[in-house]
Amino acid sequence: MTTTAIPTGEKPATAPTTRRRAKRERQGAAWVFLSPWVLGASVLTLLPMAVSLYLSFTDYNLFDPPHWVGLRNYTQMFTEDPRYWRSVTTTLMYVVIAVPLQLALALVVALALKSMKRGKAFYRSAFYAPSLLGASMSIALVWRAVFNDGGTVDNLLGTGGWVNRPGWALLAVALLTVWQFGAPMVIFLAGLQQIPAELYEAAAVDGAGTWRQFLSVTVPMLSPVLFFNLVLQTIQAFQVFTPAFAVSAGKGGPADSTLVYTMYLYDRGFVASHMGYASAMAWVLLLVIGIVTAVLFRTSRSWVFYASEGER
Amino acid sequence: MTSVSTAAARKPVRWGRVALHLGCLAALLVMLYPLAWLLATSLKPADEVIASLDLLPRHLEWSNYETAFEGVNDVSIWRLLSNSLLIAGGAVLGNVISCSLAAYAFARLRFRFRGPMFAFMIATIMLPHHAILIPQYIIFNKLGMVNTYWPLILPKFLATEAFFVFLIVQFMRGLPRELEEAARIDGCGPFRSFFQIVLPLTRPALITTAIFTFIWTWNDFFTQLIYLFDPDKFTLTLALRSFVDASSQSAFGPMFAMSVIALLPIVLFFLAFQRFLVEGMASSGLKG
Repeated sequence: MTTTAIPTGEKPATAPTTRRRAKRERQGAAWVFLSPWVLGASVLTLLPMAVSLYLSFTDYNLFDPPHWVGLRNYTQMFTEDPRYWRSVTTTLMYVVIAVPLQLALALVVALALKSMKRGKAFYRSAFYAPSLLGASMSIALVWRAVFNDGGTVDNLLGTGGWVNRPGWALLAVALLTVWQFGAPMVIFLAGLQQIPAELYEAAAVDGAGTWRQFLSVTVPMLSPVLFFNLVLQTIQAFQVFTPAFAVSAGKGGPADSTLVYTMYLYDRGFVASHMGYASAMAWVLLLVIGIVTAVLFRTSRSWVFYASEGER
Repeated sequence: MTSVSTAAARKPVRWGRVALHLGCLAALLVMLYPLAWLLATSLKPADEVIASLDLLPRHLEWSNYETAFEGVNDVSIWRLLSNSLLIAGGAVLGNVISCSLAAYAFARLRFRFRGPMFAFMIATIMLPHHAILIPQYIIFNKLGMVNTYWPLILPKFLATEAFFVFLIVQFMRGLPRELEEAARIDGCGPFRSFFQIVLPLTRPALITTAIFTFIWTWNDFFTQLIYLFDPDKFTLTLALRSFVDASSQSAFGPMFAMSVIALLPIVLFFLAFQRFLVEGMASSGLKG
């Protein structure tokens, strides 16, 4: 993220006035290039953030003007709304199940593909495909059917349909996320290929076996990539919506067991028209994601290893 | 890993490698099962969907596709398809134009508050969409744009997907500066420099941006769910959703036939551009 925008070939002979004018022109040009982004960032990002913070202290249904209620939304959320807490624990459970499983699978497959000579490109593409398809409604519908009563999973395991059983439905949703392990896998693979072969050779000379090499070379050298994947996937997982929506046919059931945070937010805001309450929920989500990211960054100092030139 | 070289055998069978390939193939079969299931079910007659446990249909029921082509809620599938295409196409155009403009400013030009603005841009990559969703909805509602495609397309023309700005910035920083420097000495301003030198060189990053924007917009459900409610403005994704609401098992065949149709453009894009997609993902740490 270093900025190297200092023009190197500045001509010293130019008269100062023309130079200043040229500089001003370039400044002006920069703002022309930036204008769409500036407009978008201010009107569609900053302003909405401020507005939703304001709305979170109001009662608002889109039709009548917002009515200031102070901290009412927050206190109601934290103390009087069991469904809110249900959605919190559901989301946390989903994050804790889906993210580690997905990353572990991604890492294992990347390690398997790393040393492969033939077929690597094919496998890489094939394993990556679900990451593009998995976010679609089509696949979510397949998931609902395959995990339903009489579906493939029921027939294979005899467990009954997962989507109708409170303890199991969320697992079906999580597996849809795990299925899309291709994206982090590709990133892992790219990271693995950047580890210099000399390190492995040196380790082998020192008598390190495969496992020892993995622990002493691969893990530290890959830790920045692992960290990057962990942060990205965690942030994404907190915002899961479509799979939970489709697998539960839009209801978050059975017994609210797949009612993830964003689904409850959607339900409060757009179904029940409690926009103030939903705004408060959105801000809590924002803060929680911010805190989780900060915690991840803080702990990363102890386990992420940045080689002097391998910094991301 | 498997350097067990036996002196006797001239060409030692590398069991490690064989096992590796077998493992990968087995994993691949499990991975691809949902896709095979989708394709098979889209061709099954109604009674087989419920009664038969075989993956392959006993006889092919092409009429599922005929039913699917009739569409949902009296809206033909061509209408749904062109709606989806319009939104995805608009989003691609918007993202490519606005993100490359902003990226050029961040990568090459100097201006006040550049550092803080760049930091803000990076921060918005991580910003959960839901935090700004409701006020955005209110803004578009006030502008009378709810139930139109504007809320889905307009933001893309304002470079709100910071991810792609960042992607293109990173790419532009990797370009050699000499050409631009030479052009500048010859009196070429930033606009010509952008259009005639930088933009053509940035093509790979622009293609990556275009493909990912297309696929993500095509798959998008949440935004469409919120902003569109006229059935004839529906996209394929939304139409599929109304199948979910009224899902009796007899409608399974047509529903999954439509799912196949909805998935087809992504599959084609993937087959055509898989190199770009995988490389783009690997180099940028992009999330699919």
